[in-house]
Order: sequence, then structure tokens, then C-alpha cells
Amino acid sequence: MRFFEYESRAIVAKAGIPVGKHGFARTPARAREIAAEIAAPVVIKSQVLSGGRMKAGGVQFADTPDEAATHAERVLALEIGGHMPRGVLVDSRAAVQHEYYAGVVWDGIRKLPVLLFSDMGGIDIEEVAERHPEHVVSAHFSTLRPFADWQAKQLISSLGITGQALTRLTPIVARLARLFLQYDMTLAEINPLGELADGSFLALDAHMDVENEARPRQRALLAELGVGEQETRQAREPTAFELAGEEVDAQDHRGVAGNVTEFDGNLGLVIGAGGGSLTLFDAVRSCGGQPANYCEIGGNPSVAKACGLAKLVLTKPGVDKIAVMMSIVSNTRVDIVARGVIKACVELGYDPAEKIAIFRIPGAWEEEGFKILARYGVDYADRSVSLHEAARRAVERIGPQSAPVDGPQHDARERV
Amino acid sequence: MSILIDEHTTFIVQGITGREAVNLTRECLDYGKGAKIVGGVTPGRLGRDVHGVPVFDTVAQAVEHHGAPIDGSVVTVPPAFTKDAVFEALENGIRLVVIVTERIPRRDVAEMVELASERGARIIGPNCLGIIVPDVIKMGGIGGPAKDAAKSYTPGPVGVISRSGGMTTEISSTLTAAGLGQSTAVSAGGDAIIGSTYAELMPLFEADSQTEAIVIYTEPGGRMEADLARWVTANDSRLPIVAFMAGRFMDEMPGMSFGHAGTIVEGKADTASEKIERLAEAGITVAEEIAAIPEMIRAKLGARV
Repeated sequence: MRFFEYESRAIVAKAGIPVGKHGFARTPARAREIAAEIAAPVVIKSQVLSGGRMKAGGVQFADTPDEAATHAERVLALEIGGHMPRGVLVDSRAAVQHEYYAGVVWDGIRKLPVLLFSDMGGIDIEEVAERHPEHVVSAHFSTLRPFADWQAKQLISSLGITGQALTRLTPIVARLARLFLQYDMTLAEINPLGELADGSFLALDAHMDVENEARPRQRALLAELGVGEQETRQAREPTAFELAGEEVDAQDHRGVAGNVTEFDGNLGLVIGAGGGSLTLFDAVRSCGGQPANYCEIGGNPSVAKACGLAKLVLTKPGVDKIAVMMSIVSNTRVDIVARGVIKACVELGYDPAEKIAIFRIPGAWEEEGFKILARYGVDYADRSVSLHEAARRAVERIGPQSAPVDGPQHDARERV
Repeated sequence: MSILIDEHTTFIVQGITGREAVNLTRECLDYGKGAKIVGGVTPGRLGRDVHGVPVFDTVAQAVEHHGAPIDGSVVTVPPAFTKDAVFEALENGIRLVVIVTERIPRRDVAEMVELASERGARIIGPNCLGIIVPDVIKMGGIGGPAKDAAKSYTPGPVGVISRSGGMTTEISSTLTAAGLGQSTAVSAGGDAIIGSTYAELMPLFEADSQTEAIVIYTEPGGRMEADLARWVTANDSRLPIVAFMAGRFMDEMPGMSFGHAGTIVEGKADTASEKIERLAEAGITVAEEIAAIPEMIRAKLGARV
């Protein structure tokens, strides 16, 4: 989960890393107050989880508190990348002599955190690594032993940095490495890390991502920052359809029938499990099908859950039929999913044989499941029909979509 | 032969009294030659038994009861307790740990992997279904109940490594239907950090005389495929590899997570198209669909003779 800039700033400050005077404002009046407290020229920065703030006009410079309020009003009303800002950061403007970069990420191959440092800050680190690799250094560090200051010092000095800059940078970079582990981050970067005229350093901007899996044990930090338990902060806001999918999944604790993502096609999908869903979604698209949604069932869901998900998909506007498909199941029971999707059709007043374009779930309890499907005349397939073949059959049965749309959901899916 | 486990492998199940673990124990005992499950551990449940397997409070008790070192452990405890359970196994001499649990924070996984490497042990998973040697032994829920696993898996020359548990079975079943059996199939796990990646399992298959070809199931996210491509090129592997890449649609949706925790496009190198390119450069054939895999394997095996 991505933190807003003002939250990242708070995390950095809490770790003992120096930051400039700043404040978070939700109103122009509060922005004016903060600017008056800072009593110097400020910069007003939109608090959105999208890139390209500067280009969109979400970063404005103000010399007086009144000007700060005027800019804040404009920035607060400005949508960037499909997101309205949470507020604005009113930040002091530091006279920076030199910009550095410090960051920590996971290396999935070495399976260790890796600390990155550069004396070319202020720009994207990937760009620096590509164009000026001699200006980026990195070092992996242990998760079992505490991170020591000398590890930061050694890395920084390997760029030829010495004197006061080295001794002042060392504790800042070491604290960043420690907070990365302490708060279960997947990304922690300070960019730029500014060196001022008097030789002191300030974290001018910070980027932090906490791992979703660690949210339960980072509750204290999240509460301190005022992050709600429901805030997912995905790449785009969940749609009403997707929220309804979460409700279906939350109705009981047995198995999974959720992870719903909305698309604009006419073929509803009740698919699973993790890898099977990815494979099947590709398969439907590769044979010309237009999926109405992505989802995942698995882990042996209850009849009620399978039924709830099928109903949700069946009632989505534009959906003509559903395809119920999974890779071979060993834990999920075929008969339970069959009962759930048939129940959904019947309760909605549909003929299951008509509405279910194909049922392809082989595996545990398949004999029982196939018997039920046969009784309702549903077209089903066993493991001799491949995932792609099943997808092809479903797409052929539903035919082409009358008005193909590649609508707003799709466009909204941009990187934040 | 096989990799990682064989009919002599002894293991315990940590968290054995949980609903899933009880089923998994039954399945492993019933499958093939019958797994040698020498104990289970659930704190506070000393003296119970699960399908005849004695339950202990600690791993040390299980080892003492067995009277000899225990080879492996299947860990199925909740995410908040997994690290402690794995540390306990490693510090009691266990050298192969299969972690079934999902949703473990990455820091914990990294710590477990780091300790395992210091102890000379290996971790499979987390977020995996385990390992199966067809008709011999399975360690974990892979393939499901013994009779279902027997339908999907048969002995043969193909090694399978997969980031998805379910797809390990789907692919193996497809190979089986085409008359191509498997030497060992490994569900390696769907997380961003896993104990054993493709490149780390390859040397084992390389050294296994039964294995003549490899099938891998891959997804967007991470650098494991690029790492495999590097390994294959650097080591001039004798084993032809066919890969299947799921989640190609995700290339259009950076930042969105689908399927598994580790399946998210965070950078250019994470995309399906980039990975396919890396694999192809290393001579690894990428199948367009699962059903095409057996023929590709046959062509590769034929070409080598």
C-alpha cells in the first residue's frame, strides 16, 4: 500500500531523519496558516497517488500566505490521473546545493533488501542507473542482523564522498535502511535528499510503500497516520461492482470467491484459482472473447459464496452468459461450485443450460458435480478439454459482442 | 530417481491439527508408497494423534521420539506464527521446509530464507502446495486426495516447476494424458520472495538421471524468469525447457495485482512480454497454450537423440 507524500514525510521524520518545515492542509485557509507559520516562500504540492503532478499543475510556488491559499484552492480542485487530491502539502523551499538519492527495495533473486545510493538525486533512479551507472551504488543487507551505520558509510564512501557530507549522510541512510525493515516496506526512498548551503541535509521528498500482508502488524503506524483499515489504495479506485465482489467474498470464511476486477465485455467469468484465472483470462481474450470481469474462486468456497459470485456476474449489465472454468481442483469441490452457479441461475429466473456457456472444472468430487450439471442440461467438460479449448467453446457460444467497448475502467488503470 | 524427496524421506507436519493440515496428512499417508510422517506439532496438543501420527508440542520432542534426524517439515500455521515455526524446524536440524501458508510478510520470508541458508537447509514456498514424486511420495497438498493425485501424475522424464499450485497439477495432467510422465513436480510458490526459484531448482533436475526435460509455469512479476534464462545460458544446461506464461493481459495494467501476491507488474522487466523475450533468448520455448506443451516436449526430446 502506497503512502501519500505527507504520510511518508511523517514516517521519515519519526525515524529521526531531518525534514524541512511543512504541514498538511485540506482547505485553503489551513494552507494559509501553515504558510504563515513557515514564514518564508512555500511550495504547494497536491497529495495524490499518481505520477505526473508537476506536469498536471499540481505543484505551485507561493511567496506569501495569501498566494499559498489561492494556489491551494486551485490544486485542491484539480483531478490528476483520475484521482482527486487528499489535500495539499505546504512545504518550505530549501536552498539546495546538491541532490542525492537513497532508497531501499527487495531483491527477489538474492532474497534480501538492497540499499541504493546515488549522488545524482532529484530524478528517477532507474534513469540514473541506465544513463549514469557509475553514479549509483548498491549493497544488500541482512534481515537477521541489525543494520549497522558502517554499512551505510561504506556504501556512500564508495562513490568518493568524504568529509562532513559522509558523516552527515551516514546516519540518515542507516535510519532509512532500518525503517524499511521495521515498518515492512516494499519501497522506501528519499529523493531528493538535499544538501543545503550550511552543509546540513534534508529529506525533501520521500516515497514509501508498506506491504499489504504486513498491515495487521503495522496497525499502530497506520493508526498514527490516520490510514483507514478499508483503504486499499489500488492503482485505481475500486468500482461498485468490485466492492460488491468483496462483500460476496467476506460473507463467510470458507475459501475464496472474489478478487473481482471489472471489464467491459459480455462474457461473465467465474474462474479460478490464482494461476488458473490468469491462464483462463488470457485464453478468453486470445480467442476473441470479451470478458466482463476477472475473478478468482478457490480454497473450497461454500455453495453460498459460489452462488453469490455467479449472481453478481450474471446481473452485471451487458453480460449475456457466464463461463465457469478452473484448472484441475484438488481442494475445491466440483459439486459445490456446480451447485452454487446453478442455484444462482435458478434464483435469478434463468435456465442454467442457457446462461452457463461452459462449465469446465475437473478434479475433486467431479463425478458428483457432473451429475448435477447433466441434470440441468449444462454443457460441461472434464480434464480432456484444455483450458484454452473450454474458453474457445464459451466464446463461440456467446458470439461477438454487439457494441464492443473498451471503456473507462480500462483507461483508469494507469500506474500511480 | 527424483529431486528433493524420495520414498525414504521422513517429515513432520507443523500445525497438524488444523483443518487443512489434517486433510493433507491423510492425503500424504495414502499416496504412492505412503509418506513417512513421523510426527506433527501443535503447541499444547502433546499426546494427541492425527490419522495415527503422534502430535507433539515442539519439534525437539518429535525428533527425540523419532530417534534420528528428521528430513523435512510441511508448515501450515497462520502467517503470524510461520516464521517462528520455520525457525524451530531449522534449529532442530530439519533441512527441507515446505511452507504452505500464504500472506506472510516479505521480511519474515527473507529472514526464514536467510536462516535456512546459514543452516544449509532449503525452503520450498511459501504460498505453495509442495512436492510430488509420482507414485512414490507427495509432501504437501499437491494434487489433492491420493486418488485424484493418481489421475494427474504419472512417473516419467519431465520435471515440473510452477509458481501456481493448481497449474502444477493442470500441466502434469496434460503431460500424463499425452503419455509423458513426471520425475518430480514442484509447486514453488506464488510470492515475491520464495525459498527456491527456478534457477535454484535446475541444478537438482540437472543432476537427476530420470529427468530429461523441464516444464515451467510462469507469471508476470519479479525477475525469476530472467534469472533462469541467465542460469541456463551460463551452465549450458542439458535439459530442454518449455515455459508457459500466464497473465499476459496484465502487461496493460501495471500496478494491479492479480492471482498471487508476487504477481504484479512493477517495472518493465516484470512484464510477460519482457520475460518471454528473455526466456526465448536462452533457447527456452514459450507455449501459447497448455495443450501444446506435450508436443513441444516431444519435439525437444526427439531432437536431442
